[in-house]
This record gives sequence, structure tokens and C-alpha cells, in this order.
Amino acid sequence: MKKCYFDHVATNPLHPEVLEAMMPYLKEEFGNPLSVYEYGMRAKSAIETAREKVAGLVNAKSAEIIFTASGAEANNFALRGIALARQNEGKHVLVSKMEHHSVLNSARFLEKSGFAVTYLPVDRNGFVDPDTVKKSITNETVLISVTHASSEVGTIEPLKEIVRVAKERNIIVHTDAVATTGNIPVDVKDLGVDLLSMAAHQFYGPKGAAALYVRQGLRIVPLIYGGIQESGRRAGTENVPAIVGMGRAAELAKAELQKRIDYLRPLRDKVIDTMSGVERVYLTGDRVNRLPAHASFCVEYIEGEAMLLLLAAKGVFSASGSACSSKALKASPVLLSMGIPSSLAQGSIVFSLGMGNAPEDIDYLLTEFPAVIKRLREISPYAQGWGEREEGGECTVKE
Amino acid sequence: MKFVENVKPDVTTDIVYMMCPMHLLKLEEQMRELEQGQILEIMTDYDGALEDIPDWCEKTGNEFLGMEDSGDFFKFYIRKRAR
Repeated sequence: MKKCYFDHVATNPLHPEVLEAMMPYLKEEFGNPLSVYEYGMRAKSAIETAREKVAGLVNAKSAEIIFTASGAEANNFALRGIALARQNEGKHVLVSKMEHHSVLNSARFLEKSGFAVTYLPVDRNGFVDPDTVKKSITNETVLISVTHASSEVGTIEPLKEIVRVAKERNIIVHTDAVATTGNIPVDVKDLGVDLLSMAAHQFYGPKGAAALYVRQGLRIVPLIYGGIQESGRRAGTENVPAIVGMGRAAELAKAELQKRIDYLRPLRDKVIDTMSGVERVYLTGDRVNRLPAHASFCVEYIEGEAMLLLLAAKGVFSASGSACSSKALKASPVLLSMGIPSSLAQGSIVFSLGMGNAPEDIDYLLTEFPAVIKRLREISPYAQGWGEREEGGECTVKE
Repeated sequence: MKFVENVKPDVTTDIVYMMCPMHLLKLEEQMRELEQGQILEIMTDYDGALEDIPDWCEKTGNEFLGMEDSGDFFKFYIRKRAR
């Protein structure tokens, strides 16, 4: 059976050169980077080389990169670390409703710890309005966290404008750039952010290695206490092979970035343009300012998980809403925050393409997906329509 | 403990929130970079530094000038001496 993987926002396959770079550190180079003899020194050197490469991907200094085990950890670290470090200056944090659960749940933890949190609304395309950010800032605001792009709907946020608004009041800005780093140009100086989360497995690196960029001079309370790893900011024996892999993946991403975008964007456009012609299939997220390999839809009258399973049976692998929501069988909070009715949000499906996808894979998808929709609609109890429309109205196709 | 005010450091290092023993590792690293006679200011919130930094100065022959309590963290001042 043909197998086509279209779930690159969940994870990416390892680039062969990344695996090659990692292998010595999975075998003979097993040293602990803190050990004072040769094994340790070589492991330490490998980590520092990887750090330079990761810093190079986002135009940061090496010392500004703290390795973590995941993007979620980086997000937790940023939110808690900055809020606690700044709590004497204020106890108000802004996060957008588009954020990954690791940001939202960190914000909820801060609420329980006595912080006030404002959840910034988004529009129908998932955009955070910089003007809304400006109006939400108070004298107590110490941190703003807005994702660089949504892995659910692909929308790329106006981050530079949001940072500009934040800097008028000298407020720290964090961005979850897990979906963007290694996939579109990400430059921390150009964006102006103070903290940025990224994860290797989003750019053909291994799971288990991620990083938080922390602007030099910014104080942050550690998330994980223990030894002196990461200059006393994140304890724990380093996952050397994964970090080495992240470094190599970052190097490759930097070198091949435009080539990847130029290859994937037309494939994505073909998916979007073709599926927009299918009745009652709606693109979610902005059509123009979106990730170059991301095509997400809401399909009326049928449920996302059913589509996923039927597609998987045909060798087409994709996702429905956020991983967290789909496991819990909840409508995605991101889609709901965009004003998409809950009934329609249940029909969400996300295709995120990667360099392993060939043009014929796209053709296969575009044959199987409409067929799956047709099949499911035939047996859907809503085949004749919803009946009474919920509040919020229809999700209309953006021209 | 000696308390001082208005010391003008040549180099400042901020390790507030960094965990023990960074207050000693960073201290050593920074002091290596200084010229004889220069003053290092090291900022930390780690309570153990109150004992550790003066001790380190005594052991290494550097001059512990004193500290300033800035509320949420401490500032320690050390002058580099020739061994």
C-alpha cells in the first residue's frame, strides 16, 4: 500500500545526515559532558558545537541558547521563568488564545499562583491584533506570549508589530516558534523577541532536543533544579546525541531553507486550491500569511477522527485539530477561539507536508481525500444539513 | 560581613537565579579575565554565596571588598590581586 506522511507538525522523519551525526554519540562517544576526562570533554565540545549551529539558525549568540528536552518544556520554562523572575514588578501576563497547551496550561498555573492572565482573542483567521495587545497591557504586565505561527491552522502572527507594541512599555515578549523555526526565516534580532522556543523534530531533527532562546542579560528562574548544566539554568545530564542531531538539523535547515519553502509551497497550494473546490470544505487559517507546507480544513457534516482513520487505511497520515484535543475528543480550543462553530470544528483536518512528499503523493491525497469525504457524508446523520445552526454562523471560504 | 556602597566595578556579572555552584564557577571564570587591581561585581540570589565568596577570596588570595544587599539579590565585590 502506498504510504504518504502528511503530519509534519506532529513530527518529522530524521534527515539521514542528522542520523549520521548522532550515531557516534549513541555508540562509542557516550561520555557525560560534565566529566573531566576525555569522554566528557568530547561530549561537551559536541554540545557546544551544536549550540553554535542552533544559534546560527535564529541569529542568536551561543550563550543565548538553552537546550531543553522539548518545545513544551521550553514554553513552560519561558512562561514560569520570566513571570517568577519579574513578579516584583507586576503580576499580569498576556497570552493569545492560539497558543499551544504548554503555554496555555503554564498560564493557568500562573493564575493559580496569583498572577492575572489575559487571553488575547483572535479573529476568524487566527490573527492576534497588535492593537488588542496594546489595549490589554496594564501597569502590571510583565510578559506577553504569542505564538509565531499556529501548527493547527498555519496562520503566521504579526509578531514584529506585537513586539513593537510591547516594547513601547518595555514588556518582555516570548514566542512559541516551534512550528516556524527551521521552516520559515526566523531571526530573533529582526523579530525583536526576548525569548523563543524551538524544537528539533520540527526541522528533521530528533525528538528529545529543543531549545529556548533567552536574550542575553535577561534573568530567568530555572524550571529544573539540580546541577550546573546549561550554565546553571537547566539541570540534568544532557541528551548529547539528540542535541548533536539538533545542531546538524539546524545547519541543514539554514542552508536549505529557501529550497524547502520553494518546493513545498506549490504542493501546499495545490492541496488548498483543489480542496477549496469541494463543497462545504473550508480552509482554516489565513490563506496568505501561513506556513508554506500547511493546509488545514474544516469539513462540514463529518467528524475529523473518522476522516483520519479512513485516510490512514488508505496510507494517508494526517491530523485532526491539536493532538491534545483529538486524544481527548474535544473540539480544538484554537478553532473555537477563531469563532468556528463547535459542530464544524469537529470536522477539522490538518495536512502538513514535508520534504519526503513527492508531487504524486499530493495527487494521491487529492484522489483519496474527496473520496473519503463523499463516503463519510453518505453515512452521516447530518447529510441533509445541521438543522438548527449554532450561534457563530458558518465558516466561509476566504477568497 | 563587610557592607559597602557605591563601589565602581570594572566588570559585572549577573547570575541571579542561576543555581549553585554557578556563583563559584562564574566567579572563577570572570576573575581569570580581570587585570590585577580590577574589581568584579557579582550579582546572585544564592544565600550560600554569603559564606562561599569570602572563603573563595581567602583561599585564592583575592581581596573581598564587601557586599551590598539589593533586596532580591546580593552584590559582591572582589578585587583581583597578584598571587
